[in-house]
Amino acid sequence: MNLAIRDVRHSLGRFLMTSVGLGLLLMIVMGMGGIYAGIVADATLLIDRLDGDLWIVQRDTRGPFAELSRVASNVEDRARTVPGVAGARRFVTHTVQREHRGRPLRMAIVGLAWPEDRGQWLPMVSGRTLAQGHYEVVADRTLGLSVGESIKLGKDMYRVVGVTRDMIASGGDGLALMTIADAQSVQFDTVGEATRLERAARRGRAETRDLGLTQPGMLELADQPASAIPALGSPMVSAVLVNLQPGVDVGAVRAAMEGWADVTVYTEQEQRELLLRGPIDRVRRQIGLFRALLVVISGIIMALILYTMTLDKLHDIALLKLMGARDRMIIGLVLQEAFLLGAIAYLVAYLLGERVFPFFPRRVIVTNDMLVWLALAVAVLCVAGSSLGIWKAMRVQPNEVLG
Amino acid sequence: MSAAPAIETAGVTKVYGSGATEVVALREASLTIQRGEVVALLGPSGSGKSTLLSAIGLINPPTRGEIKIDGKIVMRGPRALVDVRRFRREHLGFVFQKSNLIPFLTGLENVLVALDIAGTEGRPAKRRAMELLTELGIGARAKNLPSALSGGEQQRVAIARALANRPSLLLADEPTAALDSTLGRQVMELFRDVGHESGAGVLVVTHDQRALDVFDRTLVLDDGVLREDW
Repeated sequence: MNLAIRDVRHSLGRFLMTSVGLGLLLMIVMGMGGIYAGIVADATLLIDRLDGDLWIVQRDTRGPFAELSRVASNVEDRARTVPGVAGARRFVTHTVQREHRGRPLRMAIVGLAWPEDRGQWLPMVSGRTLAQGHYEVVADRTLGLSVGESIKLGKDMYRVVGVTRDMIASGGDGLALMTIADAQSVQFDTVGEATRLERAARRGRAETRDLGLTQPGMLELADQPASAIPALGSPMVSAVLVNLQPGVDVGAVRAAMEGWADVTVYTEQEQRELLLRGPIDRVRRQIGLFRALLVVISGIIMALILYTMTLDKLHDIALLKLMGARDRMIIGLVLQEAFLLGAIAYLVAYLLGERVFPFFPRRVIVTNDMLVWLALAVAVLCVAGSSLGIWKAMRVQPNEVLG
Repeated sequence: MSAAPAIETAGVTKVYGSGATEVVALREASLTIQRGEVVALLGPSGSGKSTLLSAIGLINPPTRGEIKIDGKIVMRGPRALVDVRRFRREHLGFVFQKSNLIPFLTGLENVLVALDIAGTEGRPAKRRAMELLTELGIGARAKNLPSALSGGEQQRVAIARALANRPSLLLADEPTAALDSTLGRQVMELFRDVGHESGAGVLVVTHDQRALDVFDRTLVLDDGVLREDW
């Protein structure tokens, strides 16, 4: 006869409420793991999706995801000349926050090397990828923008032509993807008066230096846009991505590039590790510790619940002992109720989490590994939590029935 | 069924504490109850009735003396000579002042759990439990939880549970204390019938002197000393 089932059936409402309460706690444990997995996935998403074999970044920096990185645009051309390189792309990323429809809109702008890269690799939800070199943007759905909508960035209006899913920056901001030219235009946007002042200052500086004195034609160019001045070059980019030909020795290509004094080169794996060890490391550890704390708290609460449930039955347990019940029957009663409580709580956590997590502002990714880990943790908690109740049950004497 | 007495005790003594705080709860108690014999144990509060019952029931061992159940020596002084828990489930049945039914089990399940403990399961167990409940007049209430049964019905279920494994000795500790006199007498008569029909020795501790005529014999315990009441 299964006494545990009958006991639960007798106080079903209380048992279910307790299970739901514990389930909510387990859902938070599950959620914390999911938030961590989401942060890792979001952080490495761009690196994975852009799929560059090598990342050329500013010398002695950890790359654009860890800190500010600026490399000259012409590094792209230089990279193409290295034997074994199949292709090179400029990469620009920066975060902006603008007012849109009366609310702050924060987005991570990523420049695509148009026309080679039109965003054909993006996971689209609606609309299309980039079809022209200017004034188009593909936005992640977390930004709340819809296809056809226009948004002002810098001096220009950009039309949303497509919406993606799961394209999040490591900081949690949704990605807005546009051509590199547009991304730079947004990044280096200055008001007209500032531009005029800078040009005047530039002319002033040139007039007092050798360059202006020996090359007067340069003074005429000083009044024009920076891009028209050959000595100034085009704007900097965040990094340059390099793809290699099949079978090429990565080390050799990398060694060739590292001979350049202005850049540092990382493999895709190194770039990912730098990211995980750098900006999100503290978040990861913080969540990990909080999660461990929650597991301990869950264990304590579970132990208290099971202990209280056993205390409620001490008289019945004494009676069973008086009737000659074996210890395994009594241990079974406590353990089975513990496992039943754990199983229902786990189910509640899973089902509730599935419905609640999508509404979280950042991605919560609950993997199968995580579910298995939590199930094992719950099983261990059930056994550990019951031990106090079992200890109490084993100590109760049959003569307590007589009292 | 064994021809040996259901219970024999010789010189059973129980001492609590030691030195200045020593209390002798039971002095050299010797008794014999044959199988099928129904015996009442009378005595004022604190006379040692429950102490004797718990010693015979292998719950609280005596300090000195010997206890023999169904012809087998089970206790010699405080030392158990058998696996007491196993011996209890195979040879003893208990009924208490309160019915002590497990509240989350129905009347039928309360009887079944006793059978389950002794290793009888499935259809034979259910048949035996229903037989007992029907004999005791509560077959129709078998599927009710204890909370839905009256005090008398609960005691009947408790008696059925105590009898489930055909014990050689049935021990009852003031089983009618919580019942009115009419119901109390009915329960006492039930013990008599059960003892006579099942062949179990029955020892009923009671305060209630109005129903003593239903018993085969009466023992009196006074200040730890047991004597026969003629």
